[in-house]
Amino acid sequence: MTLDPQTLLAILGMAIATYATRIAGLALAGRLDLSPRAQAAFDAIPPAVLVAVIAPSALATGWPETAAALLAALAATRLPLLGVVAVGVAAVVGFRALM
Amino acid sequence: MSTLSEDARRGLGDIWPAMLAAIPIGLLFGALAAGKGLSPLETMVMSVFVFAGGAQFAAVELWTTPAPIGALVFSTLLINARHILMSASLVPKLQGFSRWQKLLGLYYMADENWALAEKRARTHRLTPAYWFGMLSPFVACWIATSTLGAVVGATLGDPRRFGADFAFTALFIALVAAFWKGRVTFWTVAAAGIASALTYRFAGPPWHVLAGALCGLAAAWIAAGDATPEPSKPEPAQP
Repeated sequence: MTLDPQTLLAILGMAIATYATRIAGLALAGRLDLSPRAQAAFDAIPPAVLVAVIAPSALATGWPETAAALLAALAATRLPLLGVVAVGVAAVVGFRALM
Repeated sequence: MSTLSEDARRGLGDIWPAMLAAIPIGLLFGALAAGKGLSPLETMVMSVFVFAGGAQFAAVELWTTPAPIGALVFSTLLINARHILMSASLVPKLQGFSRWQKLLGLYYMADENWALAEKRARTHRLTPAYWFGMLSPFVACWIATSTLGAVVGATLGDPRRFGADFAFTALFIALVAAFWKGRVTFWTVAAAGIASALTYRFAGPPWHVLAGALCGLAAAWIAAGDATPEPSKPEPAQP
């Protein structure tokens, strides 16, 4: 049971960033009027960030990871969250074994 | 008093399917955090203070020792930026809430309970009893399962043996599918993926997150304003 000071600092920073986005509505409510285009860019933030985080692992590691990512993307069109994780993990284990 | 407990019970009744779905996700998060060297206590502290699944998964993926504070905070801010719009939409519906109830209640606003509250507000007045009745078990469940996952995960050893290191990638692909809105999302994902992978290769972490996110946003902006966009080269290996 350890609590590293640097880790704690990082967690507190993350907590403040998250809380700021959650209470922003108190200041913004009724005043936010985004153009459809700005709205589309705003809606694109979560997928853009998620993809940016995983792209090195999916595209710049090796062919087993890239192939497993493609399979997971295919699975994501019809399976729930954990099904996709199961397909991706099983695929990467299989492809790495073939390597 | 009877409406108070009735509303609280209704909140619990509405949230439990989301809670059930969050149990394996929490366990997975804890196990992955343990794989990156976070102790169960650190994992618990993160779930208590941050309570944001997507941002927490991203943080653990980016985690190195010592913790890269700037990159972690920035990635958290970007992933949770959607909460700005969500809270702006929810706040006008919190009319029966005191100032403190708002400040405390919004601390734990996440995708699931926000969506349920918005749904409830369409037909009923949103009461603090309903909101906190929904929130408390959900938050407790996330804290408990992620901590348990960290305890169990620490005993499993090298996550690469089970392909668990790839669980993030697969999970994020599934989450992207949940945010899918057609053509605009396609260009967002393609641009973000290519830009991030190239930046990672040539500049190294953590710059790939910023570069990928910005290119994704730019692609969304272009795609949303144009009927037939050609913003980026076609790429077969986009996730």
